Amino acid sequence: MSPARLPSPTDWPVLRQLLGPDRLARGAAAQSPATRALRPRTLEADRVVGSVCPYCAVGCAQKVYVKDGRVTQIEGDPDAPHSRGRLCPKGSASLQLTTGPARERHVLYRRPHARAWERLELETAMDMVADKFVAARRAGWEWEREGLPTRRCMSIAALGGATLDNEENYLIKKLLTAAGVVQIENQARVCHSSTVVGLGTSFGRGASSTLPADLQNSDLIVLQGSNMAEAHPVAFQWVVEAKARGATVIHVDPHYSRTSALADLFVPLRTGTDIAFLGAVINHVLSSEADFREYVLAYTNAPTIVGAEFADADVDGLFSGFDADARSYDPASWQYDGAFAAAAAGQRDLESKIAHQHATGEPELDLTLEHPRCVWQILKRHYARYTPEMVERVCGVPQDVFARVCALFVANSGRERTTAFVHGVGWTQHTVGSQYIRAAAILQLLLGNMGRPGGGVMAMRGHASIQGSSDIPTLFDTLPGYIPMPQAHSHDTLADFLMSGVPRKGYWGNIGDYVVSLLKAWWGPAATAENEYCFQYLPRLTGSHGTYDTVMEQVAGTVQGYFLFGQNPAVGSANTRMQRLGMSKLDWLVVRDFSLIESATWWQDGPEIESGEMATEEIATEVFFFPAAAHTEKDGTFTNTQRMVQFHHKAQEPSDDRRSDLWFTYHLGRRIRERLAGSSEEMDRPLLDLTWDYPTEGEHEDPSAEAVLAEINGRNADGEPLSSYTQLQDDGSTACGCWIYCGCYAEGVNQTARRTPAREQNWTASEWAWAWPANRRILYNRASADPQGRPWSERKALVWWDGDKGEWTGYDTPDFDAGKPPDYRPPRGATGPAGIAGDEPFIMQADGRGWLFAPSGVADGPLPTHYEPQDSPVRNLLHGSQRNPARQVYEHEHNRYHPDPDEPGAEVFPYAVTTYRLTEHFTAGGMSRWTPYLAELQPEFFVEVSPELAAERGLEHAGWATVVSARGAVEARVLVTERMAPLQVDDRTLHQIGMPYHWGPNGYAKGDSMNELSSMSLDPSSHIQEVKALAVDIRPGRRPRGAARQQLVREYRERAGITALTGMRP
Amino acid sequence: MSDEHPLIGGSAPGAPAASADEGRAEGALTNLLLGSGEPAASAGYAQHPPRMGFFTDTSVCIGCKACEVACKEWNQVPEDGLNWTGHSHDNTGGLGADTWRHVAFIEQRVPVDAAHPPNFVRGGDEGAGAEDGFRWLMSSDVCKHCTHAACLDVCPTGAIFRTELGTVVVQQDVCNGCGYCVPACPYGVLGKREGDGRIFKCTLCYDRISVGEQPACAKACPTDSIQFGELHELRERAAGRVQALHAAGVVQARLYGHDPGDGVGGDGAFFLLLDEPEVYGLPPDPQVTTRDLPTMWRNVAFAASALLAGAAAAFAGARR
Repeated sequence: MSPARLPSPTDWPVLRQLLGPDRLARGAAAQSPATRALRPRTLEADRVVGSVCPYCAVGCAQKVYVKDGRVTQIEGDPDAPHSRGRLCPKGSASLQLTTGPARERHVLYRRPHARAWERLELETAMDMVADKFVAARRAGWEWEREGLPTRRCMSIAALGGATLDNEENYLIKKLLTAAGVVQIENQARVCHSSTVVGLGTSFGRGASSTLPADLQNSDLIVLQGSNMAEAHPVAFQWVVEAKARGATVIHVDPHYSRTSALADLFVPLRTGTDIAFLGAVINHVLSSEADFREYVLAYTNAPTIVGAEFADADVDGLFSGFDADARSYDPASWQYDGAFAAAAAGQRDLESKIAHQHATGEPELDLTLEHPRCVWQILKRHYARYTPEMVERVCGVPQDVFARVCALFVANSGRERTTAFVHGVGWTQHTVGSQYIRAAAILQLLLGNMGRPGGGVMAMRGHASIQGSSDIPTLFDTLPGYIPMPQAHSHDTLADFLMSGVPRKGYWGNIGDYVVSLLKAWWGPAATAENEYCFQYLPRLTGSHGTYDTVMEQVAGTVQGYFLFGQNPAVGSANTRMQRLGMSKLDWLVVRDFSLIESATWWQDGPEIESGEMATEEIATEVFFFPAAAHTEKDGTFTNTQRMVQFHHKAQEPSDDRRSDLWFTYHLGRRIRERLAGSSEEMDRPLLDLTWDYPTEGEHEDPSAEAVLAEINGRNADGEPLSSYTQLQDDGSTACGCWIYCGCYAEGVNQTARRTPAREQNWTASEWAWAWPANRRILYNRASADPQGRPWSERKALVWWDGDKGEWTGYDTPDFDAGKPPDYRPPRGATGPAGIAGDEPFIMQADGRGWLFAPSGVADGPLPTHYEPQDSPVRNLLHGSQRNPARQVYEHEHNRYHPDPDEPGAEVFPYAVTTYRLTEHFTAGGMSRWTPYLAELQPEFFVEVSPELAAERGLEHAGWATVVSARGAVEARVLVTERMAPLQVDDRTLHQIGMPYHWGPNGYAKGDSMNELSSMSLDPSSHIQEVKALAVDIRPGRRPRGAARQQLVREYRERAGITALTGMRP
Repeated sequence: MSDEHPLIGGSAPGAPAASADEGRAEGALTNLLLGSGEPAASAGYAQHPPRMGFFTDTSVCIGCKACEVACKEWNQVPEDGLNWTGHSHDNTGGLGADTWRHVAFIEQRVPVDAAHPPNFVRGGDEGAGAEDGFRWLMSSDVCKHCTHAACLDVCPTGAIFRTELGTVVVQQDVCNGCGYCVPACPYGVLGKREGDGRIFKCTLCYDRISVGEQPACAKACPTDSIQFGELHELRERAAGRVQALHAAGVVQARLYGHDPGDGVGGDGAFFLLLDEPEVYGLPPDPQVTTRDLPTMWRNVAFAASALLAGAAAAFAGARR
């Protein structure tokens, strides 16, 4: 009804009631004018824009409704095959996240020693940052270290990128690498870097082998190290779907979560003991010969003979090659007999040394599996001690429950049935994180579950584009597409670099094409054959420059400038005290985020200010806060947990000073280059020769994300877009920013923006967006067929050889050379893809096989071995080494470790802690604690304890508790729940405490941060920190305030007799 | 449709008032006041689309609260405070003016039934006993959109009305906040918004469903625990789901609010539960609180006319 019209007498309710059929005025007669005028705002929208949820890596497709240039509603897109229109509470709150008042509007600036923020013009701030960048780069430039050329700048570091678009990560990596910065890191380091090592060394690619929607085809789903229903609710619909189809679901976890509630079987185990558990399942499969033998013989390295020098880790827990002084292994003795197999991922630097020592012969096989040095026999011996009795003693899992799990694995694997693993950061964030993933990989290979429908290892990643920020890495150790960064000690020339580190056979054999095309993308015409395509412009690594190494460099005063791109280390990284201490030593800090997160305000209101350990006016760090644009305010792509690259379109212009990271990086680079223009300094050549001319658009001169994506995709010498990485050349005629993304812009069409509805395609949904590599949705799918190319069974058919057509075909894009027949045998000495036989499905691997035994790539051993967490209340019952002997530890007064469990003082920290996410919050809270609709659902930090522990320690339900480690003390509300249960471990009762980790002192929902308790202790292969298992004490009541807080921690350290040496032994 | 539903007769326009089975004025009056099995027809919609409703299958609820947030975002329901309750993961508390979807969390000890074991045998404190099993129930509650809606019956302003889709909606431009509906609801759904004074509750996204869209909560629900559709079709689907669960050994599965014969004439939003309704905070035998109103009115009318007759008789007698 038009409000302008005068009401007619027949509109009067009484008349309507009397004259109409609704005499009692219960229905139509009672309708008010407002009700009759009601129209949903989705219908009123001028435009509906395709987008992608900015929270976790499920990547739910969204529809953004726009009216008069403003976003009015955000909903799921029902056409999407992976999310089917659904959104979890976080996705449902993305309207409030992006349009609510919690987002800052203006640039804020904190002068050195100032007590408060002040406003600054955006342009002024950009100029200041550019000036500081140039100056810091000059001051911190390093041509060489210890006689080796490094050509780099150690005075600048950056952190963050997993919440950003691929295009943004690409520009950050490109600009900073050209500037000589190597300390570039993001959330992928602290979340899933160990997945990359574990999966990459085992199968060839360090990403999830499958997609959540394929779980509907599983007969058994084992969720372990994943709280999937809470952390990835929309992906969990496929587990529910599988259950409806008759699948069994097991959840193995220290903590009964909402995921456990939906499982058929919940198996509680002690945190940090998953390798002991999985090792015993492996032992069960091997000793009962329940493996899928044909698959194992044909597709894994079970028959391969290992060199005679190899010695297994048995009683003492050490493999051959350990150097106790260096705390690391020389992996040379782990190699195949008479052959060299480089790893497709992981620690590839070491291999250049080994490669030269080894013969380049073919690996020898024993198909009877009887040779004492074949992998099968080594595996059998290694896991012989991992018995059900040990599972009971180490993990606290009763033997009958364990037997049920083993039986389910075996019953649901083989020709007709498949089992899938789902893991998240419950597996990755350990000092043996890479080996957790390896253990699952071994089991899946033995049971023949890789590359098949309903099988695989589903790595659940946590940020919108954390997979993308691993692929197009804002990470120190890789270049785009998992090309290793060159090391100072070994790679002098491009030719040297290409000859070392990666497998010669398979698709890594073409690394020259990928590297030269990348260098051409970055340095364009300046990159020529004569100058090695500017290979020398790349800065060199000297060991690890992971985010925790950067913190130590900050503490040491080496780092002057630090960029935070949507990451909040003052809450989200291990040992937050060390993070803040490091930042307090910076000259300048740039924080780009939505709101004033803890990493932006620690100088004003951090815990050290409250305790008096730091004084605001004594902190010299200049801080710039730049408000970031939301996903609705920029074009770009996110890569989700299934390697799917999805484009999201800009729905509205960002207001005020809010800008995208693409805008920030491009215009910062532009300013830096302007300042260096005309420089004749050799160190400035990489920046001046850099291709940095992107078309800009819109009122803010945003660089075109599509143009950046087209550069990532690559083009030929005529500037035409490439459609496949097989087109790349090493002669400088092609340019490609990330070889594994080649094809995402094939034919000049943005393939990532495709949205063919689910109902028009099969479950692999190859026409929804685009997935790397080459739009393959289930990796290694050649293994879904037998060596002759026939599906193992009709029920589990996926890809097969069509002999008539002479090509591989099926429901998915074959992950294999389309025309390579099953009986193809490589000529002797063949390298590259031609070296892979027609029945070798793992085309990135040096030997075309899945690796049960990793002869290289994993720093702490070729086989997963149980070591206790860095801080554990329990001694290692399986091996002599208490902790991973090769783990990375840091000596600092604020990073002290706990005593060994059988040493005096260990009893001071008697309880194990497991940490996890809640559905209602997101990571370190920057996108949820400020969002009222989410904050009200979980408003306070709490700990979950069993009634038994509550009784033991006098903890009162809904009261307060203080939790203490050698690093810090936090307080939390007490949730006494029967979901937590004491475990019987090694003949004693062990209590575990559950802690969600989302809180921090800022925002709307406030609380202490769990990471005040955790330590910097890392997995050596991936440099990921251990935050999923630690030891603490818990006591009733709130923690002390002010200086007394750290005094309490000091008292605990003294009581436990902790020194600089405690817990440091290899 | 009225032909298929004889009970509708009482208030359906054009149908003779005495066409109900009983053919008695009392029955007609009851139906006139309380509506019937087809509430849209009872509310005077001669031509109306099928009745729409919710089926909430709590057996697949993961307690994510997407329904709570999607509802608040769509309907612009205010955030109503940070209140950590310590009651499992429920920090919402219950339905009210600012909570139109509420997820309940129930942590439960259950017997270890060898035939249908719970997914977690906790053991622990008092040795192996019959109640060593554990389970965690979650359920998203909502306005039931009753067939006989007492809130609608008692609303004196016409703010609460029945839509052509059979749902019950409070009109904010009419509501004066008198609050009669609040105690009238047998489920405790309605509430008065602080600082506003008016009454709010689930509209079953009347604006969305009237143009063929799904309600916000059902659209968001990650596991399809909340299903929206034609009520009769949902009832069939729910019956099938119970059968499937029973066959799978989930013998506790049962429906709640699906029965048109219950005290509210059946709910427009009904549930599949895994335990007794009380466990979830739902009344086991809800009754429309205006059930006795016709009888009361009839008695009142009888008493009044008796009084009147007596008075008239008295006057008549006095003249004599």
